[in-house]
Amino acid sequence: MIPETVSVRDGTQPGAGAMDVFLLQVLNGLDKGSAYAMIALGLTLIFGTLGVVNFAHGALFMLGAFCSVALNKLLTLEKIALSETEMTAWGTPLEIRTPYAEAWFGDFGAWVIDWSVPLSILIAIPFMLLVGIVMERGLIRHFYKRPHAEQILVTFGLAIVLQEIIKAWFGANPIPQPAPEALTGMMDFGAAIGMDAGNVVYPAWRLVYFLFAAAVIGAVFAFLQFTTFGMVVRAGMADRETVGLLGINIDKRFTLTFGIAAVVAGLAGVMYSPILSPNYHLGMDFLVLSFVVVVVGGMGSLPGAVAAGMLLGILQSFASMNEVKAIFPGIDQIIIYLVAVVILLARPRGLLGRKGVMES
Amino acid sequence: MTVEQSKKDKIMVIGVVLAVLLGPIILNPFGAGYPDLLQKFVIYGIFAIGFNILFGLTGYLSFGHAAFLGVGSYSAVWMFKLLSMNIVPAIILAMVISGLFALLIGFIALRRSGIYFSILTLAFAQMSYNLAYSVLTPITNGETGLQILHGDPRVLDAAVEDGALPVTNLFGLNMNATADVSLLGMDIQFNAGYYICGLIMIVAFYIALRLFRSPFGMMLKAIKTNQNRLNFTGVNSRPYTLTAFVISGIYAGLAGGLLACTDPLAGAERMQWTASGEVVLMTILGGAGTMLGPILGAGVIKYFENIFSAYNESELMDVFSFLPHWLQELVVSVSSLFVGEGWHLTLGVLFMLIVIFLPGGLMEGFNRLVKLARGGYRKDGASASAAGKVTAE
Amino acid sequence: MINFRLDRRGLLKGGLAAGTMLAAPTILTRSASAYTNEPTGSNVVLGFNVPQSGAYADEGADELRAYQLAVQHLNGEGDGGMLNTFSSKELQGNGVLGKKVDYVTGDTQTKSDAARASAKRMIERDGAVMITGGSSSGVAIAVQGLCQEAGVIFMAGLTHSNDTTGKDKKANGFRHFFNAYMSGAALAPVLKSNYGSDRKAYHLTADYTWGWTQEESIAASTEAIGWETVAKVRTPLGAGDFSQYITPVLNSGADVLILNHYGRDMVNSLTQAVQFGLLDKMVNGKKFEVVVPLYSRLMAQGAGENVKGIFGSTNWHWSLQDEGSKAFVKSFGQAYGFPPSQAAHTCYVQTLLYADAAQRAGTFNPCGIAEALEGFEFDGMGNGKTLYRAEDHQCFKNVLVVKGKDNPESQFDLLEVVDEVPAEQVTYAPDHPMFAGGELGACNPGA
Repeated sequence: MIPETVSVRDGTQPGAGAMDVFLLQVLNGLDKGSAYAMIALGLTLIFGTLGVVNFAHGALFMLGAFCSVALNKLLTLEKIALSETEMTAWGTPLEIRTPYAEAWFGDFGAWVIDWSVPLSILIAIPFMLLVGIVMERGLIRHFYKRPHAEQILVTFGLAIVLQEIIKAWFGANPIPQPAPEALTGMMDFGAAIGMDAGNVVYPAWRLVYFLFAAAVIGAVFAFLQFTTFGMVVRAGMADRETVGLLGINIDKRFTLTFGIAAVVAGLAGVMYSPILSPNYHLGMDFLVLSFVVVVVGGMGSLPGAVAAGMLLGILQSFASMNEVKAIFPGIDQIIIYLVAVVILLARPRGLLGRKGVMES
Repeated sequence: MTVEQSKKDKIMVIGVVLAVLLGPIILNPFGAGYPDLLQKFVIYGIFAIGFNILFGLTGYLSFGHAAFLGVGSYSAVWMFKLLSMNIVPAIILAMVISGLFALLIGFIALRRSGIYFSILTLAFAQMSYNLAYSVLTPITNGETGLQILHGDPRVLDAAVEDGALPVTNLFGLNMNATADVSLLGMDIQFNAGYYICGLIMIVAFYIALRLFRSPFGMMLKAIKTNQNRLNFTGVNSRPYTLTAFVISGIYAGLAGGLLACTDPLAGAERMQWTASGEVVLMTILGGAGTMLGPILGAGVIKYFENIFSAYNESELMDVFSFLPHWLQELVVSVSSLFVGEGWHLTLGVLFMLIVIFLPGGLMEGFNRLVKLARGGYRKDGASASAAGKVTAE
Repeated sequence: MINFRLDRRGLLKGGLAAGTMLAAPTILTRSASAYTNEPTGSNVVLGFNVPQSGAYADEGADELRAYQLAVQHLNGEGDGGMLNTFSSKELQGNGVLGKKVDYVTGDTQTKSDAARASAKRMIERDGAVMITGGSSSGVAIAVQGLCQEAGVIFMAGLTHSNDTTGKDKKANGFRHFFNAYMSGAALAPVLKSNYGSDRKAYHLTADYTWGWTQEESIAASTEAIGWETVAKVRTPLGAGDFSQYITPVLNSGADVLILNHYGRDMVNSLTQAVQFGLLDKMVNGKKFEVVVPLYSRLMAQGAGENVKGIFGSTNWHWSLQDEGSKAFVKSFGQAYGFPPSQAAHTCYVQTLLYADAAQRAGTFNPCGIAEALEGFEFDGMGNGKTLYRAEDHQCFKNVLVVKGKDNPESQFDLLEVVDEVPAEQVTYAPDHPMFAGGELGACNPGA
C-alpha cells in the first residue's frame, strides 16, 4: 500500500508545509507523552522510594478517569417522570428525564454539568489520595520486604479487582465525557507562536491537557525539591537503608508518597477522559506502556520518566506517518518496543537511570 | 543431595504420574473432567514447568514467554499444513523453532538483568504479537488465526475424503479419540490427546527435576543467590542463563506445539503480554522454584477461566435451590458477581488472598498442611518451627 | 552427587502401565449415536458463547439477554415474540421436537483460543448440539472451524467480515448478520445522493482482517460511484489515541474520512476526529464529512454527541416498524426495560431459525439442519423477506442505512434509519472475488 503523500488544498488556504505537519505530530506526541509521563512519574516514584513494583498503577489512572464519569453521572442524575400520553416501543409509559442539577439550579446547573470534567479534579484529588493511602496502609506496606514477583501478583490481583468493580458498576462500554463547550473547539497554535495563521490549528482541550500535565509534573518536582518531605523522599530514593538508619520516620512519608503517586495518576486520568472515553479496561491498556516508559527513562528517575514519556509519545506519532509507514510497514505497531530495546541495549539503565536500582 | 531428598523426589514423580493417569476420574466431580480442559491442564503445566526452569532457578523474570508458545503453535500448524497431520514432526519443529527464537531473544535480553531484562523480553514478545496480528498476516493469518484447510498440500499424507478436515494423530492414533466409560456412576471420558500430552508432561517434569538436581541447576541457583559474587570468582554466568532461557523457551514451544496438536489453530493472542503474564502468575501462584507449584498454579488458573466463567444465573438458581426462596435470590445475586462474567473478579481476589496469606504460593499452603498433619501425629514442636523453611524441592 | 533412585525397572513398569491406559481408549469408540451429542433425554442443550469480558462485554451481555428470551419463547414462556410473526409456523412453543430447550453459557473473551476452549467445554462436557454467539469475526471464524471439526452447528452472532461466509465458510456454519460487502453496496447510493459523486475519501482502517475486508468493500463501492480513494491508512488495534493518524487527513486533500473501525477503536477515532474539527472544515469547496460504515447502537452510545449526522449501516435497528421487529422490541423491552441492540436481534433470530430448522428436519443432526436451512426463505424476522443462501450459508435481506440522530429523544434513540436498502441491491454472486478462495465442504455430523 503506497499512500498518497501529495497534499493538495483548495486555493483559499496556503498549502501546509512539511514544517506544519512536523509540528502537528510533535503536538500529538507531547499530548500522548503527557499522559505517559504522568503515569510513569508515579510509578517510578513508588519504585524509587518504596521498592515496590505496582501493577495496579494503570488501574489508578482508570479510577481517575472514572472520577469524572462518576461526577458527571451524579450531576446528571435525572428526575424521572412517566409520561401520560407517550409510550415506548415496548408499551410502557415513556420516561421524561430532567437532570436535577438543571431543575434546581437552572443555568448554573447546566454550567456545572458542562464543566464537569475539570471540576472532577476537585473530587479526584481527595479520592485518589484516600485510595493511595488505603492501598499503602492496607496492602502494599506488607510487601516492602517481599520478592518483586509477589508484589506483582498482589498488585495485579488488586488491579483486576478494581477494574471488575468498575465494570460491574459502569458496564464495559466506553462512556463519553465531553470537554467543556468553551474548550471543545480548535485553537490556532501556529498563530500563537508567530507562524502563519490557519496552518497549525489544534484542539483546545489537548493543549489544555498538555499545560495541565506540565503544571502537575512541575508541582511534583517543586514539592520534592523544596520541602523537607521531598528531601527525605529523594534521599530515600538514593539510599533507602541509610535514611532508615538515621531514625527518620519513613513509614508516614512512604504512605504519603504512595498517595501522591496515586493522585498524579488519577489526575492524568481525569483530564484524559474527553480524549479517550473511559472504559474499565483503560488501566490494563496503559499498564504495559507505562512500565516501558519507566524503564526506558531509568528506574527510579523522575526526570527520566518524564523525558521517556515525551520521547516515546513523539516517536509513536512520527512512526504513524504515512511517509514512514511506506518505508517500514507496521512500524507504528512496534515503535515503542523497538525504541525500548535499542535504548536499553545502548544504555544499560535507561536514559537517566542510576546504578543499583532494581537490579537485584 | 540426601537420600531423603531423592526419596521425596521419587514420591513426587509417582504422584505426578498417578495424577495424570487418574486425571479424568479425579477431576470429573469438579466439572473439569472433559478432554479439552484436561489437555489444557497438562499443556499449561508444561509451559509453567519450563518457565520455572528460568524463573525459579535463575530468578530472571521473563515477561515475554508467550512469544515462544505462539511461535511453537505457528510452527506446528504450518507442519500440519505442509507435511503431515502426524504430531511428531510438528512437535519437533515447534521445539526447534522456538528454541532458535529463544536463543536469539535470550542472547540480546540477557545482556541486562532485573527489571531491564523483563522489559526487554516483554518488548520482543509484544513486537511479535503486534506484527503477527497485522503485517505478518500472510504467515500467521492475523486476527483469525492460522487454521488447517482442506486444500493444504500435506505432502506425506494420503488425500482426505471430500469436505472433511483431517485430524491430528500420532501414527494413526487420532488425538481426538475418546472412550466414554461409565465408572462409579460417572461418565468418564478417556481421551487419547490428553494421555499423549500427559505423558509428555511427565517426561518434561522428570527432565526438569533432573535439571534442578544437576550441577547445572546448582550453578543456576548460585546465579540467583548472588550473581556478582559468582562473577568475581571468575565464572561467566551468561552461558548458563542463556542455556536455561533456551531450555525454557523450548518447553514453551513444546506447549505451544501441543496446543496446536490438540486443537489445530494458532492465534496471535497467544503471544500477547497478558498471555506472558499468565504464566508468570501461574508460577508465582503455585510457588516459584518448587517442582509441583507451577503445575498446580496452571491448573488453578485454567480451572477458573473455564469453569467459573461458565456459570450463569439459572445454573446458580439450581445450585442454591435448597435455600428458601428469598435467601436463594440473595445468595444468587451476590454469588453471580463472582462467576460468569465476574470470573475475573474471583481470580483477582484469589491472587490477593494467596499471596497475602501464603507467601510461598499454593505449595507453601500444601507444605503447611503436611507439617500440620505430621505435627499432629508426633506432637513435635520442632517441626512446626521449621515449617516456613521447607519447600517441596 | 545425584542419587536419584527411581531405577529403570520401576520406570519401565510405570511406562507399561501408562501405555496400557493409553492404548485402551482407542479400542472403544466414543459412543453409538448417529451424530455428536445426539440428545437422548427430554432436553436439548444449546451453547451460548458470548464475550463477557473485554471490549465487547456489553454487547455480549445483550446477546445473552436475547438468547434467554429466545429460549423462553421456544419453551412457550413469555409472549412468544417473533414466533408469532415468523413466516414458518412449525414451532409450537413446546420446545423443539418435543424436547425442552436448555442452554449453557461461556465467555469468549473475544479471543480465538478462549472462545474455542469455551465452545469445546459446551460440546464435550455439556453436550451442546449447537454453538452460537460472538461479537467479532476472528472469534466467529475460529469457532466456526471448531464446530465443523466437532460436528455441531454454528449459528454466527455478530460477525461482519466477508471471510466468515467467504474464504473461511464452513458447511456447519451459518450467518444471519450482514457483511462488509453489503455495507458498501447499501451505503454507496446514499452517500452519492447526500455528498455527490466527486469526493476524495481517506480510509483509516483497523489493521486486521475484518478491517481490511471492510476497507476493500467500501473502497470498491465508493469508487464505483465516482469517488477517489486518496489514502488507506492502517491503524493498530486498540491504538487509543488516533491523533497521529487524524492530523495527516487535514492536509491530504481528502474531503471524506471513512473509519473502518469497530468497538472502542470506533468510539475513540470518531470522538477524536470530531475533536480535531474535521466536521467544521471546508475542503475542495465542500463540507468535510465522516462515514462509519459499520454502526452499532452500543458503540454510538460510547461516542455520544459525536455521532450526530454521521452515516453508517446496521443489520437492524429497534425503531423499525414491521411486525416482527415490533414484537421483538416489545418482549425484549418488557423483560429488560430497554430496547435490544442489533447484536441481540441477530442472536435471537439465529436461535429461532435453528430451532425451526430442527423442527422442519425432524432431527438435530447437523446435516439435516443444514439441509433445512440451505435455501430457506422466510419473513417476519425484522429484515423483510430473507434467503439463507445454500452456496455460502449467508442470509440475504434488507440492509439499513442509518445516520446519527440530531435530536435524540432518549439515550437509546441515537440512530435514525435513512434507508432500508432492498436485498437485491446488496446481493452478490457466490463466487464474487471478495468472497473467493474457500470451500464450504460437506456437512460434518461428527461421531
